[in-house]
Amino acid sequence: MLLTLVLLPLIGTFTVFFVRFVGNKNAAFICTALLGLTFFLSLKSFYFIALMQNPCYMQILPWLLDENLTIFWGFLFDSVTCVMLIVVTSISFLVHVYSIEYMGGDPHLGRFMSYLSFFTFFMLILVTGDNMVQMFVGWEGVGLCSYLLINFFYNRIQANKAALKAMIMNRIGDFGLSLGIMAIFFLCKSVDYHVIFSSIPFLIEKNLHFFNIEINVITAICLLLFIGAVGKSAQMGLHTWLPDAMEGPTPVSALIHAATMVTAGVFLIIRCSFLFEFSDAALDILTIVGALTAFFAATTGLLQNDAKRVIAYSTCSQLGYMVFICGVSGYSASLFHLANHAFFKALLFLTAGSLIHGMQDEQDFRKMGGLSYLLPYSYSMLLIGSLSLAGFPFLTGFYSKDMILELTFSSYLFKGTFAYVLGVISAFFTAFYSFRLIYWAFLAKPNGFRYSYENASESKFFITIPLAILSIASIFIGYLSRDLFLGVGTSFWNNSIFLLPENNLILESEFIPVHNKLTPVIFSLAGSLTAFIIYNFLIKKVFTLNILYIKIYTFLNKRWYFDKIYNEFVALPFISMGYAITFKLIDRGLLEMFGPVGIINKFSKFSQNLSNIQSGFVYHYLFIMLMGVILFILLIMGQTQSFIYINNDIFFVFIALVISLLI
Amino acid sequence: MIIEQSHFLFVTLYIFAISIGGLLLNRKNIIILLISIELMLLAINLQFVIFSVYIDDIIGQICALLILTVAAAESAIGLALLVVYYRVKGTININKINLLHG
Repeated sequence: MLLTLVLLPLIGTFTVFFVRFVGNKNAAFICTALLGLTFFLSLKSFYFIALMQNPCYMQILPWLLDENLTIFWGFLFDSVTCVMLIVVTSISFLVHVYSIEYMGGDPHLGRFMSYLSFFTFFMLILVTGDNMVQMFVGWEGVGLCSYLLINFFYNRIQANKAALKAMIMNRIGDFGLSLGIMAIFFLCKSVDYHVIFSSIPFLIEKNLHFFNIEINVITAICLLLFIGAVGKSAQMGLHTWLPDAMEGPTPVSALIHAATMVTAGVFLIIRCSFLFEFSDAALDILTIVGALTAFFAATTGLLQNDAKRVIAYSTCSQLGYMVFICGVSGYSASLFHLANHAFFKALLFLTAGSLIHGMQDEQDFRKMGGLSYLLPYSYSMLLIGSLSLAGFPFLTGFYSKDMILELTFSSYLFKGTFAYVLGVISAFFTAFYSFRLIYWAFLAKPNGFRYSYENASESKFFITIPLAILSIASIFIGYLSRDLFLGVGTSFWNNSIFLLPENNLILESEFIPVHNKLTPVIFSLAGSLTAFIIYNFLIKKVFTLNILYIKIYTFLNKRWYFDKIYNEFVALPFISMGYAITFKLIDRGLLEMFGPVGIINKFSKFSQNLSNIQSGFVYHYLFIMLMGVILFILLIMGQTQSFIYINNDIFFVFIALVISLLI
Repeated sequence: MIIEQSHFLFVTLYIFAISIGGLLLNRKNIIILLISIELMLLAINLQFVIFSVYIDDIIGQICALLILTVAAAESAIGLALLVVYYRVKGTININKINLLHG
């Protein structure tokens, strides 16, 4: 059952080779059916493994067997894995169903479905792997599939650029991750989770020289792993690929950049809680980077005008929440938020896709407006998703997001307060931009083209059904699974997550002051209200605000100038350095001048000189002959020393003189 | 003044040097070149004869006779070449004979 579960999407991938025999639609249905089966099996495994508390571990095939490097193909199914399985397969299944309709008009539907299945396969490899290297296989695989899927419309230059950006940004993170895996192997002599996690407590005192800095080994490992997570989970610094990845088709954004791939980084942190718990420094950095990401992405999302970009920044912001709660050791809350977030973010993205589809592929929500009458179904879905995202009480988002904020507040450390403040502000902004999107798209006066309105229509069965299922999940999942994930003393995790006793805040968080518990909700509601008030009543003022507002607007709309800085101060100098130094100076300069080109020039000049000696004049030849005779006579006399003494060196000096004259 | 062997040798040496000078410094006329070569052979002949007398050995003179015939043949061939060349080019200026330069 468990291996079938992993391999079914791989079989779905191979349908691409049979598309020409069975046709696009049938291939799509086969992929979807296989994913449905996978989802069913993962539900089953969730029941048997997570609920029945019966973790399963198997090593099936040897992969690399060197002297002390042994890597097996192995699978570890525990509670964390099963939660991820449910998230990945359910979202993937729904996205498959959605894509049948959404991409139905595309001539490459079969290829698209194949990529989606391939992605799911790698994601399953990532979450089920029992060692770091197998996890890395999945990690790279999802990066690859991300590239393929963003670049699905490969004739669009922006899609190509976005795909490259995603690949390269992820590669920077992967560099850190692979260094981390190497460091782990260097210290633990194994890449298997069970060996690493059981040997880490014995390395607490050990220091390591890394880039000439002495650093605690666990901190070093954790930071390197975290660099990987920063790349994949779009934390501040390496986040710029995520909003650009919206160039891909909308189902891709929903599947990869909202629900699954970006959560791989968070999954890595949660999986490695056994490492992170032993390094306070790494946890501090996690908290700070996560909180800054949450804040930064929320502020940036405030003033984006592209529907998908707003949701992309909200993903980035929510990933910040997941990371900073890991920083205060709330791994289970992080995973809970991950799961919930997957549902309502997939809902948001798919609804945005439905909206864009219904409006003749218009992504700019300033050109929508007044759609609540035309697209009531999308409206209600987007409202459910947004309310859930904003943490409206008793919806899914409320349970995880407020729990995260409570947990950070109840941490006794400064970092907890820091993250709490930024998190609450971000919650305000989150609600603000969610309702800004809803207001502009649905409630404002119509701003779009008449043609769009005449042809606006709700989508068909295969688009609406996934939305319905996801909206039900967005409403109820949090309430249903809250006690399972975060209940006091829950045994659900079953040792798949490790917490040092002094870091356990679950109980503390239940006893924080009431007003602190209410703060996030109040801020969220205030945010949505503010958005409504500003865009409903003060809209004229917004457009006539002063120069300061314009500056702030530009700053946020241009995403804090991160892209500009990266392009102009990192990418461009590197490119020009590559051209001026590596290419022009070293390759075409030094190496060629001391290599082929220099030798050719010198030899042709030398042979030219040499042939110039052959002047054709008889007296020149005679002269050279005579000089040669004289030279040899002198030489022989020098050797026999009978007439005059000439050192042999003088002969060589003479030859050198002749050669230098020739050259 | 007693005339010694070395004096004779210096005479031949001078003649030889003059002929080399004729070869090297002559830039005009190919006939002067041939004459210089003849002079050179003459100098060598003289040298052979002088050594033959001083060493009191006949072989030197045999060589001189041989060289005389060789010189005669050589100048005959040289003049023949000269005539052929003149027929083709219409001049015997040495400075014009560098068509085979590198």
